[in-house]
Amino acid sequence: MDILLTGVYVVFFPGFFTVVIIGLLSSWVDRKVTARVQYRKGPPLLQPFYDVVKLLGKETILPKQGSRFMFILAPLIGFVSISIVAVILMLRPLVATSFVGDLIVVVYLLTLPSLALIIGGAASGNPLAAQGASREIKLILAYELPFLIAIALIVYKAGFKIDLQTLSATSELGTVSGIISFIIVLLCVQAKLGFVPFDIAEAETEIMSGPYIEYSGPLLSVFKITQSLMLFTLPVFMITVFWGGIQFHGWELLWFVIKYVVILVLIIVIKNTNPRVRIDQALKFFWGFCTVLAIIAFVLAVIGNTYGIAWL
Amino acid sequence: MGITTKALLKSLWVFHLSTGSCNNCDIEVLDCLTPRFDIERFGMKLVGSIRHADVLLVTGSCNRKSAERLISLYKEAPQPCLVVAIGECSMSRGIFMPSYNCPRPLDSLVPVSAYIPGCPPKPEAIISGVVKLIQKVKGK
Repeated sequence: MDILLTGVYVVFFPGFFTVVIIGLLSSWVDRKVTARVQYRKGPPLLQPFYDVVKLLGKETILPKQGSRFMFILAPLIGFVSISIVAVILMLRPLVATSFVGDLIVVVYLLTLPSLALIIGGAASGNPLAAQGASREIKLILAYELPFLIAIALIVYKAGFKIDLQTLSATSELGTVSGIISFIIVLLCVQAKLGFVPFDIAEAETEIMSGPYIEYSGPLLSVFKITQSLMLFTLPVFMITVFWGGIQFHGWELLWFVIKYVVILVLIIVIKNTNPRVRIDQALKFFWGFCTVLAIIAFVLAVIGNTYGIAWL
Repeated sequence: MGITTKALLKSLWVFHLSTGSCNNCDIEVLDCLTPRFDIERFGMKLVGSIRHADVLLVTGSCNRKSAERLISLYKEAPQPCLVVAIGECSMSRGIFMPSYNCPRPLDSLVPVSAYIPGCPPKPEAIISGVVKLIQKVKGK
């Protein structure tokens, strides 16, 4: 009976299906807010669902040159890994437990959708897709460094605990170093999502959506679902690590929804008020500005911890 | 009508191809995306790759060079793919009818689902043409 209940948790609520539906609704919020920023009306509520269902009914075309096996496998790798992350993050508050090191697992699995994009782009045998894949590799190298330093800071402040249950118990936004690392992770999330200042790999107007260029039909819809799942999972990850976690009872649920919408709208507003940067500018930004800021935050946290200053 | 066809009509992704047009039609197509007309209300958007497209939007008079590209693009598109002819040139070759460089009109090269006349057609005319295309696919 217990196993059955766990199965229901994982598959239906608050696991896989719930997460996919909320993710697709978040991508509607993205398109709607973008439209409102540009004084447009925007698509209807069910638009992401129409898109996905339509793509499932289309023909799949496999490239003649290039590796067909990896071409089919790549979207599935990204989709499966991001679903696992979403289920881990959503199940933790419900069963109120977590295993040691699930933070590490989540951080690793969050990298896999980008790797899947690289594999898919490289396997499609298209020069523009290869260009996009190479840009994505550089982008991963750029944003992972400040991202990991910021996460390491949180681990340090929690007393070297690497399970999400401990990390989610406290909010880090009351301290200077916590706020700095939150901002850095927000910028890295923008790059992980492939949103506008850092949509260098997909660049619709430059390289025709890069690694996605040869994908059609159901495989493209898997990529679309992966993207919208990331739009849900990454803010939830930020809330879990930085902002006091999720609870599923009473007013805490409403509080979680408010936090999620705040982070989502912040991401969308950053997306809509910035131009696309070049890949060298992105690399300079992440390795220069963001990394230096993350190290300063780390030093502040160490000073605060050593001399017992609570607000640092 | 299956559920995928219904979803198709709610989210037509458009690939825009100019086969030697004077760019007026192309500007009017882009006008449809602006706040005044906002064709994303109907779930339509421009895509950069033919593999993502549901509608192949053709402007221009199909000259010798671009006719080959048009046919190869039509073959590369995932089915079901609808073709829409925009503007006078793509329908009857317009003033280029006696030209040595425009041997055949668009609808003798690929099957065309909807025609939107005008030189160039207004954005309202384009939206009305798209509505007619949807009605045609629905079978009314």
